[in-house]
Amino acid sequence: MSSARPIATTRSAAGMPTGRLAVWWVIASEIVIFGGIIASYVMYRLSHDSFARDAAETKMWIGAINTFVLLTSSLFAVLGHKAAEEGDGRKAANMLYLTSLGGLIFLVIKTFEWADKISHGHTLSSSPFFSFYYLAAGLHALHVAVGVLIMLIVAQTARRNLELHRVELIGVYWHFVDIVWIFLFPLLYIAK
Amino acid sequence: MATQHAPVSTGHDEHPAHAEHTHHPNYVRVYVFLLVLLLVSIAGPELGIRWVTLITAFGVAVWKAYLVAKNFMHINIAPRYVGLVVATCLVFMVLFFAGTAPDVMKHEGLRWEKPQDWQQAQTHLPDPEQGHGEASH
Repeated sequence: MSSARPIATTRSAAGMPTGRLAVWWVIASEIVIFGGIIASYVMYRLSHDSFARDAAETKMWIGAINTFVLLTSSLFAVLGHKAAEEGDGRKAANMLYLTSLGGLIFLVIKTFEWADKISHGHTLSSSPFFSFYYLAAGLHALHVAVGVLIMLIVAQTARRNLELHRVELIGVYWHFVDIVWIFLFPLLYIAK
Repeated sequence: MATQHAPVSTGHDEHPAHAEHTHHPNYVRVYVFLLVLLLVSIAGPELGIRWVTLITAFGVAVWKAYLVAKNFMHINIAPRYVGLVVATCLVFMVLFFAGTAPDVMKHEGLRWEKPQDWQQAQTHLPDPEQGHGEASH
């Protein structure tokens, strides 16, 4: 069995490494997915008064804390990218671990928040607002969970100074997840 | 203003991360600025003025997204077509909104109307005591 690196890993016919091109392609498709949800939400928010009433049930400070957590994790991700470019795999891995910790804190906060909402009768089917709320925030949380998982795998190899280019790739994905939350925060928590 | 060059791979690099060097801005400074913008987006709506809320919540969100995309994702030094692909997807989002918003946001048109929805809109929708749900159509 050959141990040669796949040619797609190193070629750059598109002006950038194939892996980075693939991540941008994923992000482009994610823009359409999240963009569709956000656009639909805005349509309903502007035309249904009940959305304002239900939106008042969300707690802004929880959304603000989660925004702070994700922004901080994004800082660690980009510092990991910088460390990887400097060839410091151990530091890059540590930064990815800190980024993952941020993702986990985000998910824990989200879990408590949802448990509180459900205990007050706000479920996926209780109103159009909460249908959007759980769909948008749930899909985003799924992306956070997948990102944390991939990041931990990348950190394992980065720690051994291997495949350091992957640190940037998972970082770009993570920043996109951060950007999605930057828009979900005012939509779901501020605009009441 | 410093000129930035898009990283170029030779196509034969065994360790692309070593071979390419992105221009790294002061990330901590960008982060602190993002936190300041977060505080603005929280404080603005507290004034209770609609246009201030729109600017501080959504205008600042666009600004924060731009800062993250530029400084953390380095989209400004990626090949030009990356920005075009992303912009195309955003245009699709706008087209989707423009194409479907009239059906959702209007209650009647040239040859159609939504009687039940119209009625709900007139009465500002349901009594919370009778459930949170709006009638589906």
